[in-house]
Amino acid sequence: MGLFGSFLSKFSKSKATIEDLEQFRQILISSDLGVKITDEILDLVKREKSESLSTAIAASLKSRLTTSARTLKVSSVGPTVILIVGVNGTGKTTSAAKLANHYARSGKKVLLVAADTFRAAAVAQLQTWGQRIGVEVLSGASNSDPAAIAFDGAKRAKEEGFDFLIVDTAGRLHTKSNLMDELGKIQRVVEKVTPVDEILFVLDGTTGQNGIKQAETFAASVNLTGIMVTKLDGSTKGGIAIATEAQLQVPLKFVGFGEAIDDLAPFDADGYIAELLT
Amino acid sequence: MFESLSSKFSDLFGSLRKKGRITPDDIEISCQELRRALLEADVALSVTETFVAKIRGRSLERLPEIRQSTNQSEEIYSIINQELIAILGGQARRIRYAKSGPTIIMLAGLQGSGKTTLAGKLARFLKEEGNTPLLVAADLQRPNAVTQLQVLAESISVPIFAPEIGNGSGDPVKVAKGAVTYANEKLHNVVIVDTAGRLGIDSELMEQASSIRDAINPHEILFVVDAMMGQDALTTSLAFLEGVGFDGVVLTKLDGDAKAGAALSIVEVTGKPILFTSTGEKLTDFDYFYPERMASRILGLGDIATLAEQAKRALDGDSAKRLEEKFVSGQEFTLEDFLEQLGAMKKMGSMTKLLGMLPGANSAAMKKQIDSIDDNELVRTQAIVQSMTPGERRDPKILNGSRRARIARGSGRSVTEVNSLVDRFSAAQKAMKQMRSGGGLPPGMSLPGGMSLPNAAPMNSPKIAPKKKSRSGNPAKRAAQEGR
Repeated sequence: MGLFGSFLSKFSKSKATIEDLEQFRQILISSDLGVKITDEILDLVKREKSESLSTAIAASLKSRLTTSARTLKVSSVGPTVILIVGVNGTGKTTSAAKLANHYARSGKKVLLVAADTFRAAAVAQLQTWGQRIGVEVLSGASNSDPAAIAFDGAKRAKEEGFDFLIVDTAGRLHTKSNLMDELGKIQRVVEKVTPVDEILFVLDGTTGQNGIKQAETFAASVNLTGIMVTKLDGSTKGGIAIATEAQLQVPLKFVGFGEAIDDLAPFDADGYIAELLT
Repeated sequence: MFESLSSKFSDLFGSLRKKGRITPDDIEISCQELRRALLEADVALSVTETFVAKIRGRSLERLPEIRQSTNQSEEIYSIINQELIAILGGQARRIRYAKSGPTIIMLAGLQGSGKTTLAGKLARFLKEEGNTPLLVAADLQRPNAVTQLQVLAESISVPIFAPEIGNGSGDPVKVAKGAVTYANEKLHNVVIVDTAGRLGIDSELMEQASSIRDAINPHEILFVVDAMMGQDALTTSLAFLEGVGFDGVVLTKLDGDAKAGAALSIVEVTGKPILFTSTGEKLTDFDYFYPERMASRILGLGDIATLAEQAKRALDGDSAKRLEEKFVSGQEFTLEDFLEQLGAMKKMGSMTKLLGMLPGANSAAMKKQIDSIDDNELVRTQAIVQSMTPGERRDPKILNGSRRARIARGSGRSVTEVNSLVDRFSAAQKAMKQMRSGGGLPPGMSLPGGMSLPNAAPMNSPKIAPKKKSRSGNPAKRAAQEGR
């Protein structure tokens, strides 16, 4: 049982003291849930009957989450198009490869597009992944227009009957409005060929409260359909993922938890909350 | 960076400022607000509590004194400022160079914190300071990390030691060891070792990092931290301190709007100073860390000191002097000089970043303005001027319609853009003439803050030719009219 659980069991036996509450606050804050959610949970602790506390907290967290489907939207005609977006260093390229592998393994024809033409060797990084997992990678020259490559990818995917088109975009800080515009352009250009089914925002699980702002700004430029939270194999609690979904009402769809190609799983809200509350 | 914190502080002190006479209750309210702001900025709870307690204590202690002051909120402001500087490290430290042989710098940090990019930036920065750095590709884990470093090394013309292609194969300890021998042979005075990213709890990779450390005995181990990192910064930094050990911290991605509270926590808990900050996508977006400046930024006071320093570095002494002499002697400022200035501006880094350092840059209105600036404008302007012949640059009056069309084609811009550049340039030229003749700046024109004019106007400035009665709007015609 983690710290969280030991507190809950303590609270279920006796009334929480002020010191207990302070220590409990420490745990909540350190899980990156944010001040707002923390305060509300602490209110619950003060109010709820102690036996039902654990359930009450889980239910309270759950009620903040979106009711939208967490499954990936799959296109019935033409390729299912997935754009991978996010700030620098969150694990977009690795996540794109993991997703590609997931679908390739289930017998689908997948095309990866390396539209990160900015970071040195990002294209090579995706190509290496492509070789390892046996998925074709389409790329352009370094510093070429990412929208043009995405367009080529969309055309090929459509004409050659690919089932999935996964576009890895360059990391961009949400504060750079010109780069955010570029993202909108990539979406528009691809949509000239075939509809974009999913725009997945990759959120680094170690991110703090800035994660919400990141997601909000990305959502203002493109229509985010899901969140992938990464790097959950570390010591981070990843509460920011919950806080972000709660704020944006965009569903968490995948969880990345390691460097290996199979370290990807669909997001399971109940399991995640239970984990958070252990 | 630290934006919300500084805007929160601004709000907080805005309301205090209106109060007139501050009571202990006001201080308590401010402290609660400060506490919330720090927590929302991802500062660890324990660090927040300590900090807020300090502020509360010092404010109450000095309350009688503060009340005497004509500006009471300013006094509390300065208490917070001082404490912030104290927590951020008080004194900025520089790289400690080895007494003999190469100075070995090892980079460590989580995946995606920006180590490889930072290795390139650091190498460029140290090279600029007169060192002969060698980059070492010892991240053999992440696919193509080695290639990435190679591309970076080439772009900054810094030699690289990369005997292994990486992608999961090769021994990083051997690479690091080999690099030091190589550096000794080739007389490199700095060695920068990029290592694989790892999670704080990944004992295998942590062991690899400490084996690299033991093999090369680095003079500085720098812990690279993403400014956006959350509460886990505390756990992670302590795990690295214990597992690998580090001497200093580098903050990356500070060009975002993360409040970077993680930085405060790490410094406070590990006691290690922040040495450098990395603030953008360009390899030049990198500098020493200045606690005072960072504290000013948090409090929304802007960062003029950094701005001035960048300007100094970009304008190399010679060309600045030449321009000044030209100005004083009354020679005409030509498009060639303009081109030189554009080059210098480009060296200073992106316009949006420069403006971000100005006081008030965090306000919503200013931010919107800054964000809408297109840094490529400079490149376009440069392209237009570069598409002119030297003759045209010296005397833009000869630019007739067909020349303009040619320039537009050559630079890939429209004729309208060429026209507008030439117009703006001649307006600037005129303004300079006016200043030289002692007329001061023309009405409606002002220089941006921090810029100064070359020394006072000389006495024997040439007279400006009297204006012709009517002048054609067509520059080519006008040039003909004026007998050129």
